[in-house]
Amino acid sequence: MATAITLRNPAVATPRTRAATEESSLVRWLLIAIAVLFLVIFLFLPLAMVFSSALAKGWSFYLASLRQPDAWAAIRLTLIAAGIAVPANLIFGVAAAWAIGKFDFFGKSVLITLIDLPFAVSPVVSGLIYVLLFGLQGLLGPWLAAHDLKIVFAVPGIVLATIFVTFPFVARELIPLVQAQGNDEEEAALTLGASGWQTFFRITLPNIKWGLLYGVILCNARAMGEFGAVSVVSGHIRGRTNTMPLHIEILYNEYQFVSAFAVASLLALLALVTLLVKTLIEWKARQQRTQLEAAAAAEGSL
Amino acid sequence: MSFTFKQRSIIPGFGLSLGFTVLYLSLIVLIPLSATFLKTASLTWDQFWHVVTAPRALASYRLSFGASAIAASINLVFGLLVAWVLVRYTFPGRRLLDSLVDLPFALPTAVAGISLTAIYSSNGWIGHYLQPLGIKAAYSRLGVVIALTFTGLPFVVRTVQPVLEDLDKEMEEAAASLGASRWQTVSRVLFPAVMPAAITGFAMAFARAVGEYGSVVFISGNMPMRTEITPLLIITKLEQYDYAGATAIAVVMLVASFALLLLINLLQVWSGRREKSATVAEGEPVSVAANA
Repeated sequence: MATAITLRNPAVATPRTRAATEESSLVRWLLIAIAVLFLVIFLFLPLAMVFSSALAKGWSFYLASLRQPDAWAAIRLTLIAAGIAVPANLIFGVAAAWAIGKFDFFGKSVLITLIDLPFAVSPVVSGLIYVLLFGLQGLLGPWLAAHDLKIVFAVPGIVLATIFVTFPFVARELIPLVQAQGNDEEEAALTLGASGWQTFFRITLPNIKWGLLYGVILCNARAMGEFGAVSVVSGHIRGRTNTMPLHIEILYNEYQFVSAFAVASLLALLALVTLLVKTLIEWKARQQRTQLEAAAAAEGSL
Repeated sequence: MSFTFKQRSIIPGFGLSLGFTVLYLSLIVLIPLSATFLKTASLTWDQFWHVVTAPRALASYRLSFGASAIAASINLVFGLLVAWVLVRYTFPGRRLLDSLVDLPFALPTAVAGISLTAIYSSNGWIGHYLQPLGIKAAYSRLGVVIALTFTGLPFVVRTVQPVLEDLDKEMEEAAASLGASRWQTVSRVLFPAVMPAAITGFAMAFARAVGEYGSVVFISGNMPMRTEITPLLIITKLEQYDYAGATAIAVVMLVASFALLLLINLLQVWSGRREKSATVAEGEPVSVAANA
């Protein structure tokens, strides 16, 4: 559509209407300046502060901060939590997208709303619900204690809380995508004798791969960075149940600012990589769409 | 499944995929959430009311909801401006800024929290300019607003941007050729078109801010009655092993967030319908032009 407008503009727009549908250059540059200033203050400065504080005492101190055993343990636990939460929510997202996108059934819109529910819940409350279920005072607490199982204030609780807060990411990317793609290609494959799994892996999965990747990287960024929910269920045992964000909090509260920012810089790097991949995927998806549109337009003119 | 629960289809895997979806949703989300409401039942109504209307709790709601409303309003104004500038103008660095807008989604809240605190503390990059003016940005309510503005920044921009991109330039040309000044065109033609999306973004930013914890705790100073947000009050009660009290406050927050979720869904239906009717009305001339 954008191409249609740019193609048409030179022909239709006389200099007078062009002036009437655009702001004067003074207004334009003023608006740009305010917007850029706002974004620089609120986005660029926090990012720059992380890296400049992390390197405030030089590279050797930076590397030494990251080599501390507690920092390593935190990094390892963060990778474990994300390594379980992301694939779990990936499988769920694909299943939910298949059920909701490919079939019409009673209660579908309620199901979609329920999947979005974890986004509406405060991170602190997300952690609390697991404490209330599995903690010593909780509903299942006595039973778990009797069987010597520990979920809250241990790694399983951290994994569960991480799964909860990242629950909708993959599903909400995939559901609209699968819905938009329709069933034609799958039905063709099935009538030609493909099995259900063959159809999924050869037809559906290639069609949704960019949306899937998009959901996964956003899910991963949140899983590795989650603070509130994990803080409630972790119990803050140094070297055992501290993830990277929790380790940052401890260092910060002990006035080890440079070390705190050193660990924070790793998460900030992760955020930057996430944004980069996200931009690339969006670019790729837009390219695919314009190609499809061009193909459709070519077909239409024939 | 023989009645109209499900439309007929030759595609397999309905039972498996829906069964797994519902099972996983129940285990991770629905059962733990209902356990919270069950736990509150251990309090009598009077006890519950006493906990959730205690002065300290009321002060925390005022701060959480008030600061969230201010932050979401800041994001509404600047989000509209940023979306406009990113869609309509070209300038060096535009693409970089466009991708950076999502930073608050990608940057962990704890990282944002310590970084904002460092910037706005009395010897920080911005704080040391505010200090002589008598403005205390870190460890104050202003700090809470700053942190919440950061976390809610992408919402309005990202809801308004696609609407602005899809807006037909012809509407503006028509308004201009009928004699409207530029400001009249903006306020009477463009503004009503983006308003539903902007309000949806506002509500999303507000809902996110009310529950936010990580970015706020570092910068707020956490003084009871003054700079203590509701999520922090829940954590404080938990640390004092006051599980019933923490649960009661959590239930208040859950009810508030469900109400907001419902509101956002209604807003999206409303803005979606407006958008759809606009594209249907404008759809034909556009596709004709694309083929020409």
